[in-house]
Amino acid sequence: MKILRALLALWMVGSVAWGLTPDEADVHVQPPHLDTPRPLNYTTREAALRDYLESWKAMTEALAQNRPGLLDADFAGTARDQLAATIQEQAALGIRTRYQPLSHNIQIVFYSPEGLSIQLVDDIEYDVQILHQNNVLTARQVHARYIAVLTPTEVRWRVRLFQAVSE
Amino acid sequence: MRNGLTSRLALLGFGFLLAAAPLAGAQAGNLSLPAKVVAGAAFTLQTSGSGPATLYITGTGAVLRRQVQLGDAVSIAAGELDRAGHYVVFLEHGGTADTGEFDVVPAPQPASLAFLAKPSRLSVDQRDGISGAVYIFDKYHNLIIRPMPVSFALSVPGGSTQSRTAQSRDGAAWTQMNSSAREGAAKFVATAGDVTSTRIIEQVPGDPCTLKLSAHPDGQNIALSTDPIRDCSGNPIPDGTIVTFTETFNGEQTTVDVPVKKDIAQAEVPAHDGARITVATGVVLGNEIRWGR
Repeated sequence: MKILRALLALWMVGSVAWGLTPDEADVHVQPPHLDTPRPLNYTTREAALRDYLESWKAMTEALAQNRPGLLDADFAGTARDQLAATIQEQAALGIRTRYQPLSHNIQIVFYSPEGLSIQLVDDIEYDVQILHQNNVLTARQVHARYIAVLTPTEVRWRVRLFQAVSE
Repeated sequence: MRNGLTSRLALLGFGFLLAAAPLAGAQAGNLSLPAKVVAGAAFTLQTSGSGPATLYITGTGAVLRRQVQLGDAVSIAAGELDRAGHYVVFLEHGGTADTGEFDVVPAPQPASLAFLAKPSRLSVDQRDGISGAVYIFDKYHNLIIRPMPVSFALSVPGGSTQSRTAQSRDGAAWTQMNSSAREGAAKFVATAGDVTSTRIIEQVPGDPCTLKLSAHPDGQNIALSTDPIRDCSGNPIPDGTIVTFTETFNGEQTTVDVPVKKDIAQAEVPAHDGARITVATGVVLGNEIRWGR
């Protein structure tokens, strides 16, 4: 068992060293499932998806480095506050977590009629590691379903609500 | 979009899959977890075995660590884990780790609503002119995913109330309403469970519907006045709306722009026998008067 754990830890460290960054996750986008009257045009949809995926990159870096400031460009409101609190909890415990998304399966499910919010669900697979002083304590591959609500700001969509939900 | 997973597997072979299999099987080893717990509720994780261990509960919503004795139950106190999400548990002991997962689900009762209503100001009698969307949260500001009815009501003082009910989906519900025929500050109320949220929508009169002009002699001038100007729902149009009076005589035009005051517009133009006088505001043209002969 210990050997397997060591092999796994080596593989995890190696995967990052080889440049397998979060943006290399396999991304699938399902057609929107909307019941609101406001049409979701192509440009808006692509911008929201792009900014959502960017937010995962920012989040993984912030959690891996315990730097809540890395959230600021991509998150706002409750999502930003809760992730920052998580980072502070990690830092207080002297640990970091490294999230490595493997695949996203995204569908936009709500576009509010006044155009002020887009909601999407993401069935995501990721590896998660806990690190203490650069040592991987343990790791696990996880499948989860996230809901995100994005709102427009001056130049981009920002994630205002980010929550894993029970399937 | 990209196919990073395929290339990763090609690079790494099945090494990861072989390494991950024992992890998945270890969940039953020294760790027993609930599948779901309610946000903010107390719950217990059961460990087995003996000796000291370190327990980690990690998720994007929170991180906890406990020093535990294997064989003991680990109690998480009420309020200690209140952010909904998917959590991974690591129980590290003797250089190995047991892992598991569980969900923290939102508390069932709504405690707050995020209510987006638009526009804040519009004309009366606009079909589907008002839209509202709500997101439903529990007392820890977790989005409540389970479907629930959300009622919307739009009312103006002294007027009727429009009501709609929508079922939330993934924590969101929406509606569209007609602006009412009566002007005024409308209350737009969304309700889920015992929680309500209110927005004020200012409903203003629409464009003038008709213009009626009357004229009377006033010395060397003609005193012009409109009847009270109203929109097509009978609401008086706002003071300050510009009304234009035009007098045409011998091929020359005299134009006077005046604001509406107390529902009517008034002006004076020189009295010329045979002049034609008209009145207009916006796209509405009133009646024409021929002065004198």
